[in-house]
Amino acid sequence: MPAPVVFTEALYKQYETGAGALPVLRGVDLTIQPGEFVAVMGPSGSGKSTFMNILGCLDTPTSGRYVLDGNDTARLAPDQLARLRNRFIGFVFQGFNLLPRANLLDNVALPLVYAGVRKSQREARAQEMLARVGLARYATHLPSQISGGQQQRVAIARALINRPSLLLADEPTGNLDSRTSHEIMDVFSALNREGRITIVLVTHEADIARVATRLVNFVDGHVEYDGPTADYFAGTLA
Amino acid sequence: MIFSMLREAFRAMAANRLRTFLTMLGMIIGVGAVILMLAIGQGAQTQVQQAIASMGSNLFIVLTGYISAAGVRLGSGQAVSLTISDARAIGELSSVAAVAPAQPGSAQLVYGANNWATQVYGTTPSYLDVRDWRVARGYAFSENDVRSMARVALLGQTVIRQLFGEEDPLNKVIRIKNNPFTVIGVLEAKGQSLDGRDQDDQVIIPLSTAQRKVFGAQFPQSVRFIMVQAKSEEAMAPAEKAMDALLRERHRIQPGMDPDFTIRNLSAVAEVQAASTRVMSIMLGAIASVSLVVGGIGIMNIMLVSVTERTREIGIRMAIGARRRDILLQFLLEAVIVSIIGCLIGVLLGVSIAALVANVSGTFVVVTAASLVLAFAVAAGVGVFFGFYPARKAAALKPIEALRFQ
Repeated sequence: MPAPVVFTEALYKQYETGAGALPVLRGVDLTIQPGEFVAVMGPSGSGKSTFMNILGCLDTPTSGRYVLDGNDTARLAPDQLARLRNRFIGFVFQGFNLLPRANLLDNVALPLVYAGVRKSQREARAQEMLARVGLARYATHLPSQISGGQQQRVAIARALINRPSLLLADEPTGNLDSRTSHEIMDVFSALNREGRITIVLVTHEADIARVATRLVNFVDGHVEYDGPTADYFAGTLA
Repeated sequence: MIFSMLREAFRAMAANRLRTFLTMLGMIIGVGAVILMLAIGQGAQTQVQQAIASMGSNLFIVLTGYISAAGVRLGSGQAVSLTISDARAIGELSSVAAVAPAQPGSAQLVYGANNWATQVYGTTPSYLDVRDWRVARGYAFSENDVRSMARVALLGQTVIRQLFGEEDPLNKVIRIKNNPFTVIGVLEAKGQSLDGRDQDDQVIIPLSTAQRKVFGAQFPQSVRFIMVQAKSEEAMAPAEKAMDALLRERHRIQPGMDPDFTIRNLSAVAEVQAASTRVMSIMLGAIASVSLVVGGIGIMNIMLVSVTERTREIGIRMAIGARRRDILLQFLLEAVIVSIIGCLIGVLLGVSIAALVANVSGTFVVVTAASLVLAFAVAAGVGVFFGFYPARKAAALKPIEALRFQ
């Protein structure tokens, strides 16, 4: 069996507030194998967002271990975490988060800038990624000149350009209408099925979560359910 | 990497053109002011140095004293107390290199249809040595000419322009107070004196000729002043002392009595003036640098606003792998570009205003390469210095907080 992409052990996170320590994650153990498509659900305040931020190396746990594709992240400096984000993780956000002043090609190529890839190669790869999400002819457009669904495709292209081990999507359809949402979800499942890309997707819509094969449900800082998506929804319906 | 950062910086600057321009304006004005003030200061200094150099070095002027008659005191130079033999005696002092007694006066010059009123100096050939003045064309008159009361004249450049225009003045005959004089030499241009007189607007003729034929003298041997050159800078003090003692003795001045002559150390006066222009140019530069600092603070201010505005962008960049120094460099680059472009425009502005000032008011200005390099280096320094804090603030943001920023 290959090494897991994500391995967390007794992951614990608390925030210091004026009223004292507020625990958000209370010991999360989770292992995600390469090629899995995991949906993370849970009510707000359940800790799913915090968990995602830690998976994305944007935040660090108070205690516990997190190993990303063989890299133990516990004692890494900010710049080393930046390197992990650059090489191992692709982000897709709810609000697309494209740079408004840069054209689509530059947006997609941006991770390669920080990876130190040469300009000619950057542009060739970015053009290729744009073609894969069907937006090749918009390369010189600005994000504001295309639709939300198209922007999210650009964001997916940007997330994938550095061939990450893990694609993290945080409510990727939250700002889209239902038809566009399904188009985006089709892109994700195609990437997972055909590209063997490991995807972790946060959503609060059951409809969206159903696309994933595995579902992790957070309640009150714990993993309350972890298993096949189909079983979870079968259970709730019953 | 650096090229895509440069492109980013220009993109960010272009996105807020007016703001970028206003930020630059601070630098433009600052650098322009520094260049202009340095140019004016340098100009004044150069002018004074030229005037000092044109005056001759280690110089004294001995003037006749004042007259006091029935309680009415007339000013310096009124008494008829200095003579050619005084000058000769001073010339024999060991600390003195050369002396030139002189009898100046105003006179109307006529050549053909032109006439011109100017200052005529009756003096000896040593006058040119003392003043460190050369004859550009022709030749100077000799001791012989002085003895023989020759009617020969050396003309300054301004006089030549006024009397002769384009014509060659050498060996032409002009009339000074109706006496015919042959122009035997043309003096080289000397420019302004320390007190702003045009030194080229004068004519030099033999002392004896001036006394007997042009102006007359109260008594035959009297002169109005004596120029004295000490042998060296160190000899200035002993020379002054020796001259004072000598003249008191020769004029029979009792100890405690006011002398009937005045000795002025021209070189000391010049030094004071040089020092004061130096202080002035330093002051001008200092005042102008204040505006440069203000410009720098303007850059810092805008960069801080820019960092706050672009917090989300910084978060995005960090999420996709920007390290702290990538962010730091990006903002620093932007600040430095703004200040360097501002500096370039400021240099152009400063130089053109300096040229304009020189043209319109006739003030002497000098733009040196050193002042340009200085302004440029300072501007780049200001950009780095005032850009660093906002850039560091941007780089120190936590990625998750930057991403959540609305």
